[in-house]
Amino acid sequence: MSEPRNKIITEDQAVATLRSGMTLGIGGWGSRRKPMSLVRSLLRSDITDLTVVSYGGPDVGLLCAAGKVKKLIYAFVSLDSIPLEPHFRLARQNATIPEPTEWDEGMLQWALFAGSLRLPFLPTRAGLGSGVMDVNPSLKTVNSPYADGEELLAVPAIRLDAAFVHMNRSDARGNAQYLGPDVYFDDLFLAACEPGRRFVSAEKIIPTEDLLKEGTFHTLKINRSMVDGVIHAPNGAHFTTCEPDYGRDESFQKAYVDAARDPEAWKAFSDRFLSGDEANYQSQVVAWREEVKAAKEAAK
Amino acid sequence: MSDSVALADVIAVACAEAWRGDGEIFASGMGVMQMLGARVARATFEPDLMISDGEAFYVSGDLPIGGTQKLVEGWIPFRSVFDTLAGGRRHVMMGASQIDRYGNSNIANIGPWAKPKSQLLGVRGGPGNTVNNATSFFIPKHQTSVFVPNVDMVSGVGYDRAKKVGGFIAKRHDLRRVVTNLAVLDFNSPDNSMRLVSVHPGVSVDDVVANTGFELVIPASVPVSRPPTPEESAAIETIDPKGLRHREIPT
Repeated sequence: MSEPRNKIITEDQAVATLRSGMTLGIGGWGSRRKPMSLVRSLLRSDITDLTVVSYGGPDVGLLCAAGKVKKLIYAFVSLDSIPLEPHFRLARQNATIPEPTEWDEGMLQWALFAGSLRLPFLPTRAGLGSGVMDVNPSLKTVNSPYADGEELLAVPAIRLDAAFVHMNRSDARGNAQYLGPDVYFDDLFLAACEPGRRFVSAEKIIPTEDLLKEGTFHTLKINRSMVDGVIHAPNGAHFTTCEPDYGRDESFQKAYVDAARDPEAWKAFSDRFLSGDEANYQSQVVAWREEVKAAKEAAK
Repeated sequence: MSDSVALADVIAVACAEAWRGDGEIFASGMGVMQMLGARVARATFEPDLMISDGEAFYVSGDLPIGGTQKLVEGWIPFRSVFDTLAGGRRHVMMGASQIDRYGNSNIANIGPWAKPKSQLLGVRGGPGNTVNNATSFFIPKHQTSVFVPNVDMVSGVGYDRAKKVGGFIAKRHDLRRVVTNLAVLDFNSPDNSMRLVSVHPGVSVDDVVANTGFELVIPASVPVSRPPTPEESAAIETIDPKGLRHREIPT
């Protein structure tokens, strides 16, 4: 009897399949359930000239700061509790993203949905009349072929070369589960991606028979036919939210923002947290928390 | 009107008034004052409004701002928000870093888009919101750098642009009201340019004009924004017991 595919890999093995110039979709939303351990691995690689599609948070900020983004397709980049993402702001203000592509939030969904359905475009009203049309002159409209004849924006499909999403649980074959309040558009990112580089990191890898122990079947939006690689990544979304396993690490997020204000501080932050592997990152976060706690005690 | 009524409470009620008559739709508030307004409207004169926790749930009862004891009555993840707004069953109150006389608004960037002087959030869902569902604004600081002749990036579509698109969008386009720290404004004028509706207590029409970077439509008589009713005051206290609303108003 043939064996099923073995999909358990590491972040670095996933990233090793990527090439410069590819189109990468990153799941999550703002500073919520972002596949940060995969992003951190990507930061350590030589890969560059990426087209990145994201409901942007620190994933986008970090990739911009590292100069890995050629084209960014986004509607916003935000840290939610801290509205503005410092690295993204700098990148835009210094015009270091060669091809910023700013769309409406709904247009991103439509582009990924069209990509997942292998349609060339999907029509919408979102974007019409707005500055999105001014700064994206390649966007085209279509007229309804029916009696109404309405002119609609034809959102071009996005097909991804690679997709990263982070889930609460997955089995070893990629049947993945979100236990928080929102799947965001993670299923669409995977569905819009060419098979081969669809990666799911998860807090816990569990046996298939345990998938319904913590959530109902409604939480199983991602099945194994949508996934090529499964990465065990405890605390992998840190410092973003991963409800209900953990909330956002607000104090660490603030430290990230503070460090981004100053090149020297950023270098120190980056050297400490981002130059080593994921295990180093996680142990440095633990050590950092201890230091902050000790400093607070000392200040009392 | 009594001097004891706080400006923030007058503004909360002015925000709540945006949803009057909306019935059973999603009242979505982006920001503390906007959320407070939506929840006060539901607690008092507009009981059928749907209110979310700002994350992914419709909540029943009078959930305080930032409250965690939620009585969940429905699920509204982001995808459903997009569906709901495209269906027109939503009235959102947003913020704006810039707004012009026809209600074109900007939360995206200040300065030229290609190389902004200040990158803000990006257009977010503003383009889709403003051509699909009713949109209002709360702007905490009414000044000429916000009320500008032309916004640097149109993240929210105004009346002149909606008319230019024509068809469904021109017909359904619905910018409801703009509430600031000085006044209430709307677009009920012959060409849908911004009109002064009322000034808050202690504010003159001249104050509003001086802080607006374009010509407003000003009726012959401009009333003073009304104070909360006792029922509304009670709702404001229940929904914002910590007084977060006062921090929204510049001193």
